[in-house]
Amino acid sequence: MSKILAVLEQRDGKLRKVSFEVVTAARRLTDAVDAIVCDTTDREGCAAAIAERAKAGGYRAVVFAATATGKDLSPRVAAKLGVGVAADLTDVAADGGGFLVTRPVYAGKALLKVKVTSQPAVLSLRPNVFTPDERATSVKPETLPVTSSGRVRVREIKAAPAGTLDVAEAQVIISGGRGLKEPANFKVLEELARAFGGKAAVGASRAVVDAGWRAHADQVGQTGKTVSPSLYIAVGISGAIQHLAGMRTSKVIVAINKDKDAPIFKVADYGVVGDLFEIVPKLTEEIRKLHG
Amino acid sequence: MPDSETRVKIAADGKTLDEAGVKFVVNPYDEFAVEEALRRKEQAGSGEVVVFSLGTAAAQETIRTALAMGADRGVLLQVDKIPTDPFEAARVIAAELKATSWDLILFGRMAIDDYNHQVGTLVAELLGLPSVSAVSHLDIDGTKGVAEREIEGGIEVVEFPLPAVLTVDKGLNEPRYPALKGIMAAKKKPLEVKPVQTGAGTLEVAALTPPPERKAGKIVGEGPGAVGELVRLLREEAKVL
Repeated sequence: MSKILAVLEQRDGKLRKVSFEVVTAARRLTDAVDAIVCDTTDREGCAAAIAERAKAGGYRAVVFAATATGKDLSPRVAAKLGVGVAADLTDVAADGGGFLVTRPVYAGKALLKVKVTSQPAVLSLRPNVFTPDERATSVKPETLPVTSSGRVRVREIKAAPAGTLDVAEAQVIISGGRGLKEPANFKVLEELARAFGGKAAVGASRAVVDAGWRAHADQVGQTGKTVSPSLYIAVGISGAIQHLAGMRTSKVIVAINKDKDAPIFKVADYGVVGDLFEIVPKLTEEIRKLHG
Repeated sequence: MPDSETRVKIAADGKTLDEAGVKFVVNPYDEFAVEEALRRKEQAGSGEVVVFSLGTAAAQETIRTALAMGADRGVLLQVDKIPTDPFEAARVIAAELKATSWDLILFGRMAIDDYNHQVGTLVAELLGLPSVSAVSHLDIDGTKGVAEREIEGGIEVVEFPLPAVLTVDKGLNEPRYPALKGIMAAKKKPLEVKPVQTGAGTLEVAALTPPPERKAGKIVGEGPGAVGELVRLLREEAKVL
């Protein structure tokens, strides 16, 4: 296996966790991994620079993280290389001169195995799937200069309020549905999330996002985000098929619901039946003790 | 594409969806694109909204839905089979769009079946137009556009010149339901069917498989009294705390 070009992502001058995931996955395929970063506020300039480098360096693959930025950047680069992106992969293996990759389709209701034969291959990896190894965190990427200035510019990033974590990146997700009864009651989930000390995010079902209780950014499911945290706690969510699709790859699933026949209990590893307004505060108390 | 309530069954070839009994709908993200186009036309007071779809003959229904929402005419780029390689889809769409100077080209940010989220951006590159993906808020002033897109932990504000290609996200607008009058009118609107050929590309389906089954879980107990045991199991058995 010849060289792989790993495109890393940084924010506020620091490499993001997904970058270490990309490095780890690439190094599983070859020892010859070149890691780069570039100024993504100039999307077109950055894409041009990556494509130039990919061509000049004779890489076997260009690997991105399938984040909001990676999903925008990777097809720009792929088009310049005349190929499509094998996108949002949960597994990558060498296959002859190419790759055999796995991508969840129908929001995870099925897995598509795809042979990638393009030279180079352009791959994007689903965040939170490839566990970064220790060695990856010491990677020192080369900064690719952006030489041609593009037309599309990121003017600013409005950061979410400090301490809020995106559901796509959180290690723990506590999601709420109709069972919360009204928007203000999400505070019981926010308190539980806080008890995890900065590792947890609050998610939502489509029903409560469509009702305007929570932002679309928090929606987990087929028309929202597909997530794979270590721990997913579904609270007052019955478990519509399109919600299950978005969270079934979570490592451990806990369901709290008053209806013991709710479909969510079929995918949950651990279920507690009963009134969430009694159960969740008790759970918050217990988690605080552990993290206290 | 298949409705989001679809239970996925794999066909006998082991590579495709068994479409028997599947309800097909307009991709929800494409509805945001159609709605945005209609609103832009209504605000401008003039113009034309043309709907394109790359699909099988069945996609005529999809186009009729968009015409019923208010689009002026439709074009079906008809294929026997949707290509696996999104670059092949993009190439055919770009070749078709190239002849016209569009003010704005809108795509859904992704399809809820194949999750490729790239065709719009690929088309933009092939046409040499600027693009922004996953737009959830949009302001246009003459030939200057400002779009917002969700990123992990925030919102990115992006400036771009028009004409441009945008792929759109939920949150941009509330798509209208076609009214009966619109549905009747749609039957008379022009819908051109153009057979097109896509190449094989460099992505080939090896297999479509069901996701690994989750092993059966257990009900720990009822009410707040079960929380102690739940926490113990999460620590000692699942080792996630």
